[in-house]
Order: sequence, then structure tokens, then C-alpha cells
Amino acid sequence: MGAERHRRLMRFWDAVATVVLWLSALVLLFILAWFITSVLRQGLPGLSWQFITGKPHPVSAGGGIGPPLFNTFYVTLLSLILALPFGMGAGIYLALYARPGRRVDALRLGVQALASVPSIVLGLFGMVVFSQAMGFGFSILSGSLALAILNLPLIVNVTEQSLRDLPATYRDASLALGATPHQTLVRVLLPAALPALVNGLTLAAGRAAGETAVLVYTAGVSTSGHLFDLNPFAPGGTLAVYLWGIKANPIVPDWQQIANRSAAVLLLVVLAINGLLLGPVRLWYRRFSGRGPH
Amino acid sequence: MPETRTSDKTNDKISVTDLNAYYGNAHVLKNITVSFPGNAVSAVIGPSGCGKSTFIRTLNRMNDTIPGFRVSGQVTIDGEDIYAPGTDVVSLRKRVGMVFQRPNPFPMSIFDNVAYGPRLHGIRKRRELADIVEKSLQAAGLWDEVKDRLSYSALGLSGGQQQRLCIARCLAVEPEIILMDEPASALDPSATARLEDLIDSLKSWYTIIIVTHNMQQAARVSDLTAFFLNGELVEFGPTQRIFTRPSDRRTEDYITGRFG
Repeated sequence: MGAERHRRLMRFWDAVATVVLWLSALVLLFILAWFITSVLRQGLPGLSWQFITGKPHPVSAGGGIGPPLFNTFYVTLLSLILALPFGMGAGIYLALYARPGRRVDALRLGVQALASVPSIVLGLFGMVVFSQAMGFGFSILSGSLALAILNLPLIVNVTEQSLRDLPATYRDASLALGATPHQTLVRVLLPAALPALVNGLTLAAGRAAGETAVLVYTAGVSTSGHLFDLNPFAPGGTLAVYLWGIKANPIVPDWQQIANRSAAVLLLVVLAINGLLLGPVRLWYRRFSGRGPH
Repeated sequence: MPETRTSDKTNDKISVTDLNAYYGNAHVLKNITVSFPGNAVSAVIGPSGCGKSTFIRTLNRMNDTIPGFRVSGQVTIDGEDIYAPGTDVVSLRKRVGMVFQRPNPFPMSIFDNVAYGPRLHGIRKRRELADIVEKSLQAAGLWDEVKDRLSYSALGLSGGQQQRLCIARCLAVEPEIILMDEPASALDPSATARLEDLIDSLKSWYTIIIVTHNMQQAARVSDLTAFFLNGELVEFGPTQRIFTRPSDRRTEDYITGRFG
């Protein structure tokens, strides 16, 4: 009798737990859907090619977001190019080559400490070091360098974790076939870790594209004003910073519409970066891993 | 008992002299001296933790990757000391292949798994690779089962098929010696039987050393048996004699199931 009661009770709590977990997933999805639809509903109407490619007007209505949008891509890409070699290198070192010891502990502590620095502090650091001491001014290069530092810990962690999550047997199997550690890394471990790695890197890219605090004092709030300005020393105001600026200093009469449309474009940009990175990787991985179930 | 320690010198493929191994302060292999003849199957048996896996991993230097591992003594293959300074570990491992406890195919297609080794060692031509893949899979007794799905993921194969794939992958680099570390421990009885048949068919071309905790398996597949206990080699000799007339009391106790 007692055992039967106990079983019934357990079954009841199991059902409760299932419903609670299912509901939390649903709430999460709902918030995401609500967020995306409200941003797009306010921003998509009136979104025109002219707005996307046009130049901002300093005081009058009808300005576009071309240069800051271009800077968003430029700064994101440049910061990833600057951060990836070091971040991935350190992550690979920590996952595969490092022997436990004081040097590794110090490196890991450093990475975690860097990860916990508030982005506004990194922004001020970037201003002092890159903009002022090194003389890069408020520029695309200064902003990209500061962003690279912001993203470095994330890239280190993602790289290390994606390699650690692989079965240890891959490495043994490869070495036992006469592969060098480097061949093992390039031919088995990195390809096998790539989906997880790129998943994490899209986080870094998304953060770079949407970051403001780091950029305000390094890339600056303005742009050179003409499109496709590839000069890394040009003022590097990005769309996220422009969005922040136009709300903080509403000078142009149509600032509300510009802000709404910019938010929608920014959201689409981040989604596009995710899609552009993940799609090809999935396709490639399917070719690497062979057909059928795995 | 001279036969327990050495066999005909001219036929020795692998000779181990006074081998000691340590993980940090733990002394895991103690003064091992033994010689394995070529083109035969030698089994290494003993209870868990006796050092048998560590022992075969010294033969292709796979322990080198473990922090804190040290060896002293000598291991020679065809008379060459594989621990001599300047030894090329990569070409050693090409000569001495290894099959692991759990099947460990790469997350790639069946074809790419088998072609992995040859590609490492510089073979690029598709035709040549296809040839090697077919021959290796045939030698591993897997060709008929997979020839129509070479481009499918190896992870979709059954455990027994995966283990034979790992053997094919190992054969594809044309090793002279194959080390097997409890290769059937994750397989069901029928897959184990197939694997044992395969081992039997491979021994005319290869020198095989197989670690097993299954004494029936050692008795079925091996020509020679080495019994390890607490890091020491207790006894080594023809399998039939070890199992019928062991000369050491501890061997007898182990094979009759008194411990282990």
C-alpha cells in the first residue's frame, strides 16, 4: 500500500516537472517571438533601400543609415579577424597542448578575469590606449581592437570547450595511425569541433555587431559620411551606436522612425550573420561526416 | 624454463628487456623481459590494473602523451630500439598499428575513415585510395557489408562493424605489428566471434599482440600467452602449455578462476 502510494506520488511529481520544464521552454520561445515581431512591426514599414544605403542627415528629416550600417559589418569583421588567431590559438593550446601547471592556471585565470570586465571599462581602456596613446583616434581600427579584446575570452572559451567536448578517442586513434599532433588537429579535431565552434563564434559576431559601450569611446559616434569607406582610420560609428546616439540626442525630427527602422535592420543583420556563418558550416559538415544517420 | 622467457632469437619481432614504467610515482611495469615472435598472435592476460594495457601501449609509445609517464629499459622492433633518442614516433606508429577497447571511428564516412592513414602518409590519388580502402575492408571482413555505402557515416555502423572498420583503418597504413587492447570488450558474442575469426586470418601477415581479460578468448586466438600480475610478467609461453600446465602457481590460480 505504502509502495503504491509512493509510486503514485512520484508519477505525479514527474508529470509536474514535465509541465514546468515544457512551460519554461514555451515562455522563452514566446518572449523571443514577441521581441522579434514587435521590433520588426515597428521597423519594417517605411524601410526602404534609400534608408538602408542613404547618408544620415545631421538636423533635417529623411536621413539614412548607410555608413553606420557599413561600419557595423566592417568593425565586426575586423574585430573577428584580429581576435580569432589569438583566441582560437589560446583555446587550442588550453584544450590540447597545455600540461597542467602554473602557467596554464595563470592563463585560464587571465581569460576569466578578462571575461568579467564590464564592456564600458574596456571601452575606456580602448580610448586611453588605442585612441589616445597609440594615436588611432576615434576610428574603425580603435573600435575593432577594443571589440577584439571584449570577444577574446569568449573565443578562447568556445574553442577550448568545443575541442574538449570531442571524444578523447579521436585523438588516440589519429596518433596511433601515425599522425602528428598537428595533423590530428587539422584533419580530425577541428573539423569535428567546427559546428560547435562556429555556433559559439556567431555569438561573438552577434555581440560585436550589437555592441555599443565598448565602441562609443573608441570607434566614436560619427562616420566619415560616405559609403564604403575602407580606411580603418575613418570614424567608426556603427549602427548600434548610431541607434543609441539618436535616442540619446533626438535632434532630427524623424528620430523615432529612424530608431525603429535601425533596430529592425540591426536585428536582421545579426540574424543574417548567424545564417551566413551557420548555413555553409552545416553543409560542409554534412560532407565531412558522411551521409546517413550518425 | 628457457621457453618461458625467450623463443628463437632470429624470429623475434619485438624484444623487451628490463622494461620499467611509471605514472608519476606509481611503478606500473616492473622489469619486464619478453620477446614476441613475428607472424603469430600473442595474448596478454591478467586481472584489471595489472599493467597489461600500459604494457602494449609502450610498444607504440602511445603512453608518451600521458603527463608524468616514464619508461626505462629497452624495447626493440626488428633490433631497433624504439626509445632511442631521435626515434621517429610517427613512423614507429605507422609500423605498429593499434586497435582500441571501444571502437573509435572518426565522425567521417566509411571511406574517409579507412583512407585517413594513407592520406596522412601522402597518398592523394583517388584511384589508389579506393584500391587501398577496398583491400583493407576486404581483409577486415567488412567489404561486403559496406561496399554500397562507403560514403555513409561510419557512426551509423553497428559496434562490431565499427571495430572491424577500425581494424581496416589500421591495416590501410600497412603496419607490421597490430596491437589490440581488449578489442572485443564492447562487442556482443556474435560480433566477438567474427572478430576472433578475423584475428586468426590476419596472423599470417601480421604480428599481433592482443590484450584480453577473457581467458577463453586468449586460449582461442593466441599462439603464445603472457600472464601479468601487479605490473610483473609472471609467465610467458605457448598458450596451450600456459593453460594446461602453468609453471607458476599464480598463473594457475588466475586461469582456474581463483582470483581476477
